[in-house]
Amino acid sequence: MSIDISQFLDTFYEESFEGLDTMETELLGLNPGEADVESINTIFRAAHSIKGGSGTFGLMNVADFTHVLETLLDEMRDGRRDVTQLAVDLMLASVDVLREMLTALRSSEEVDVVRVTEIHDQLETLLKGDAPSVEDVAVETPVKASPSIVGWNVSFKPLSHLFKTGNDPVRIIKELSELGSIKANVDLSAVPEFDLLDPEECCLSWQIELSGGATEEQVRDVFAWVDEDCELIIDAITSETILEPETLKVVPVPDARDEAVPLEPETPVITPVAETKPVKVVAKKSVAVAAKNPHAAESGSIRVGIDKIDALINMVGELVITQSMLNQLGEDFTMDKVQRLQEGLDELEQHTRELQENVMQIRMLPISFSFNRFPRLVHDLSSKLNKKIELKMSGENTELDKTVMEKIGDPLVHLVRNSLDHGIELPEERVEKGKPETGVLHLNAYHQGGNIVIEINDDGAGLNIDRIREKAIEKGIIGENDSLSDEKVHELIFAPGFSTAEVVSDVSGRGVGMDVVKRNIRDLGGIVEVKSKKDVGSTFTIRLPLTLAILDGQLVRLGDETYIIPLVSIIESLQIKAGNVNSIAGGAELYKLREEYLPIIRLHDVFEITPVNTELINGLLVVVEGDGKQAGIFVDDLLGQQQVVIKSLETNYRKVDGVSGATILGDGTVALILDVAGLVALSRERVKILRNQAAVA
Amino acid sequence: MPTILAVDDSASMRQMVTFTLKGAGFNVIDAVDGIDALDKAKKTKVDLVLTDVNMPRMDGISLIKELRTLPNYKFIPILMLTTESGTGKKSEGKSAGATGWIVKPFNPDQLLATIKKVLG
Repeated sequence: MSIDISQFLDTFYEESFEGLDTMETELLGLNPGEADVESINTIFRAAHSIKGGSGTFGLMNVADFTHVLETLLDEMRDGRRDVTQLAVDLMLASVDVLREMLTALRSSEEVDVVRVTEIHDQLETLLKGDAPSVEDVAVETPVKASPSIVGWNVSFKPLSHLFKTGNDPVRIIKELSELGSIKANVDLSAVPEFDLLDPEECCLSWQIELSGGATEEQVRDVFAWVDEDCELIIDAITSETILEPETLKVVPVPDARDEAVPLEPETPVITPVAETKPVKVVAKKSVAVAAKNPHAAESGSIRVGIDKIDALINMVGELVITQSMLNQLGEDFTMDKVQRLQEGLDELEQHTRELQENVMQIRMLPISFSFNRFPRLVHDLSSKLNKKIELKMSGENTELDKTVMEKIGDPLVHLVRNSLDHGIELPEERVEKGKPETGVLHLNAYHQGGNIVIEINDDGAGLNIDRIREKAIEKGIIGENDSLSDEKVHELIFAPGFSTAEVVSDVSGRGVGMDVVKRNIRDLGGIVEVKSKKDVGSTFTIRLPLTLAILDGQLVRLGDETYIIPLVSIIESLQIKAGNVNSIAGGAELYKLREEYLPIIRLHDVFEITPVNTELINGLLVVVEGDGKQAGIFVDDLLGQQQVVIKSLETNYRKVDGVSGATILGDGTVALILDVAGLVALSRERVKILRNQAAVA
Repeated sequence: MPTILAVDDSASMRQMVTFTLKGAGFNVIDAVDGIDALDKAKKTKVDLVLTDVNMPRMDGISLIKELRTLPNYKFIPILMLTTESGTGKKSEGKSAGATGWIVKPFNPDQLLATIKKVLG
């Protein structure tokens, strides 16, 4: 029988990556010179698991690599080797290599052999270089297969405790018989009187003659599990030492264990372990699916706590009860039961909402998944930059949607790198300023309203307002005479192509980053802000929606169509006063709102639909803000507010400018969700073009 | 069919062992570490224990020692899953009361052959 073990590979990869994360965290916590046994043990265990798994699943290059690493760790664990900075750094590099190897293997790509060999050799060198003085324990006796050997005489005298190791002499003798034909002679002389007999003790011994071409090693292998629990003498039978036949008495081997342990042929009882069962089922299913679809690795799986699954099952139970209640009510409905119908519907609504919340919960992961990479990043970067930096993290348990988490990773890394590179000063510079030598980078996350807020705070030099202004003028982002508040100047760092770093470093890249960071965050429906004070530090604040799947929307009517404006982007809605509308050259319109002029967006123009009315005074203006800029959207009427489930327009149709998605309303019709930032940009662009056209004309 | 308690902190090894043994008709109970295993061993009667050595919370060696103090587990075969590098672990496990060991890495066929040999 042969079993396809590749179906367990996904689990193996997943747990290996987790193991590597653990190793990394523990390695970063190790202080050179101190052997923290607990930490080293944890690291060893993780490496050991990866080695065992990779060997089993046939990933021999991973197994070989981990073996060297494990040997190193084993020596540290036993105190035979010191924990040096060199060793820690090398082990961190090994973690990286393993991660790369496993990533490559998982996506069936080539492993970077050069890099693997390089680190592997460094590990070997470290191992050999100052190898601890240990005697080699395993000294193998060379096996000589002498042709004159025709069999073996085995004297097998188990010690009295043999049964207590779970071993059974009969099984061993049976196994021996597979090597050739045997004649066994049982020695009953040590068996005491019946009333003195202790059935838990073994008091039999055997003289066994094995004939056939078995090697001594094969014979010893049979007794490998019991060689410390018996007296064993193995003598070769050569052609000269053939035993005389009459001295042999073949005795059927009594099954000593039978009297020792009465094994009742019971059906094994499996105690149901209720709380783990549902999860097991889920896990199995995902394994089965993964096996059918070997490239599904990238689609990813998610680990869900049992409590969340239980809550879900609970909710479904409630829902089923409500449904059957409503069913019953519907069977013989009369008007006097309206009250009960209403109650039932209320209940249904409540359960549906709770179910929705619970389902959303499943996708929620603590942000520590994203934060966990930073200790390593800060460790590596601070040594590269010769800076002293302490990383503080708080709110790691704040949960957010898995998709949001995956997409926020890169922007976060960029902001952290930026703070380390440009924010925190060199130690001597800090001392000069009267600050502690070690800079502090603080990552914080918390929930606020329906958002998650992530803060990246450093106590570094702060943004240099004069330099940013100079640079912005130089790059033509602002005019020479533009007067800007400090906050506005700070925002300039998010402008495309802006970089104040005098030397382009490989740490924060070539200055193409900040605008990309801002765009990525905007794509997630979030915003990023910066607050900074010279020599006190900077704080970058990212605000993100908790999930990308559901949004609070304001329904608006335009002609026969219903559109949805995300509630977060609406500032206010107002009745249009004709006196405040200014038409500018080219046909664009501006609305004067408290000394500010807002471009008016006529949606029917943008989407080319027939409006019911084109008179501004007959409609309403919804003032929205997208990407820091405001505009007014002209609509016929405001309808209700509700949570809507976002469906992608791109996957179902194609990308439409000014529309971020669609949803299905209660009556079954489709409503488009407006991309406010896109619309605002669109309208500003339009105003500019119209102005220019007018100017030319 | 006999019931086997399979103990390993690695989910992939657990899955592989469970799948292999169940495929051969055994009843399998799995556990994630020594403490979990001990708990499950006390609740039900198993015919053979298969345990990893390096595990968090309670390792395989301690598990074997604990199991051997339970009346039901005095004579039950207990096999360790160990790597070749762990030669020291073999004798440590033996003195704790292990019946024998299976060397990692192993394939499902080797695992079944050994289990069948032990259970007769």
